[in-house]
Amino acid sequence: MAEILITEALTRRFGDVMALDALDLTVSEGEVFGLLGRNGAGKTTLIKMLTTLLPPTSGRATVGGFDIVTAPARVRGIIGYVPQALSADGELTGRENLQIFTRLYDIPRALRKQRVDEGLAFMGLTDAADKLVGAYSGGMIRRLEIAQSMLHRPRVLFLDEPTVGLDPVAREAVWEHIKQLQTRYGTTIVLTSHYMDEVEQLCDRVAILRRGRMAAVGTLAELAAGSGVSGNNLDHMFAFYTEDTIESSGGYVETANARHAAQRLG
Amino acid sequence: MPPNASAEPPPEDQQRGRAAAVLRYGSKVLAVADMEVRKLRHDPSELLTRAIQPMLWLLVFGEVFARVRAIPTGDLSYLDFLAPGILAQSVLFVAIFYGISVIWERDLGILHKFLVSPTPRTALVLGKALSAGVRALSQAIIVYVLALVLGVRMNWHPGPLCGVVLLVILGAALFSTFSLIIACIVKTRERFMGIGQVLTMPLFFASNAIYPTDIMPDWLKWIAHANPLTYEVDGLRALMLDGGGSSLGLGLDFAVLTLTLAVLVAWAGKMYPRIVV
Repeated sequence: MAEILITEALTRRFGDVMALDALDLTVSEGEVFGLLGRNGAGKTTLIKMLTTLLPPTSGRATVGGFDIVTAPARVRGIIGYVPQALSADGELTGRENLQIFTRLYDIPRALRKQRVDEGLAFMGLTDAADKLVGAYSGGMIRRLEIAQSMLHRPRVLFLDEPTVGLDPVAREAVWEHIKQLQTRYGTTIVLTSHYMDEVEQLCDRVAILRRGRMAAVGTLAELAAGSGVSGNNLDHMFAFYTEDTIESSGGYVETANARHAAQRLG
Repeated sequence: MPPNASAEPPPEDQQRGRAAAVLRYGSKVLAVADMEVRKLRHDPSELLTRAIQPMLWLLVFGEVFARVRAIPTGDLSYLDFLAPGILAQSVLFVAIFYGISVIWERDLGILHKFLVSPTPRTALVLGKALSAGVRALSQAIIVYVLALVLGVRMNWHPGPLCGVVLLVILGAALFSTFSLIIACIVKTRERFMGIGQVLTMPLFFASNAIYPTDIMPDWLKWIAHANPLTYEVDGLRALMLDGGGSSLGLGLDFAVLTLTLAVLVAWAGKMYPRIVV
């Protein structure tokens, strides 16, 4: 399978803090790839760099063959991104939230309405399309955002903790939609998560990050074999790879963001 | 060496490509502005609360100072003189806190999605600037109504009216972009509120909005002439009033405002991505 995403010694430092330390990673076209790790492991930093929001300190990365530093505009044209916080604009309707992005993504005028309607229908939001997003539930907002990020049919979709703070029913619905997305459009999906059940549901392969470095990469079965944890106790496996004697989790910002997302869900 | 046709498209194609790029750019600017206007339509209450301040300035400050006759305003009555100044003030106040909405959008993650889209940064900035212009126009309507009620002698000819519309949009775009740059530097709402307060009053008082620059001490006159608000007020005074005139020259007013806006937009385009880092 063709490699659609490659990082080579990708590094990001914030002052003295090494957020991501010489990461080598490849993702193949069409796979659902999970990034795991505790708070502060470097997941969000990695996603921010791959989506061109944050320049790397050193190293390089390409998405769809385009370099994130020398051709960021080309990268932006072929990726979709759903940030961790529930970020659809609450002062606009669901339809309006989609309409604006059809214009920002250069979708031809003749196609716009069809893409918006299709996105709404695909995510099960047709009935709520003309309500203000401020009145949506958390699961609906998340589905709207995924629709928003798929309008231009990106080759790679980045989902940063797609179900953080959602109730179990809403999570199942979001998972279902992500799976359908992958089968219907063949989109490569890179997602970060804290939840082992989510990864098990969705991901073909996973990478586990630990303090900015790669702790392990492979299918869940491979990782389980490598950890020597018997059976299917994935949480133990996760603990095996991320075990840290120093308490390093819970960067203030990440914790605040997670809380904030939870708060918006009420 | 034979020319390489595939690497170098014919000049007509290049031109067409460039024209298409300009169109796409314009379309994105309008998309961002359109979204802001739609938000305003969903909840227009903000526009009404914003009407209170110009009302106080014209009704209370204006009426009192018109009686005192302390400020020499030439052929114009003080209220006539004041009305364009208060419109400029409304434009400034609408625009100067614009940056806070960008900080808010950053906190929510809305901004990240815009920055990840293939939209030139300056188009995002200009879209915001244009929507500030639309907000400011709603203020212009309020000031016009007040001025009419108070008997200010207004110029209703279509040419000058169009000029006022342009000036209001230009001024709001300028100050909102300035505000955006500050937001990108200070990055948090609390710090922004502090700085916004500190900036607004000097910009307002070190201008010709409520008194002519002639009566200022020299040092203040210098500052006033470096203050874009002075050119905004001067232009408005020439175009809004029946018998109003510009003391700096309308051409200079428009030139200073347009150039300042261009520089600020270019600068803001550079600063914009830093707010999410």
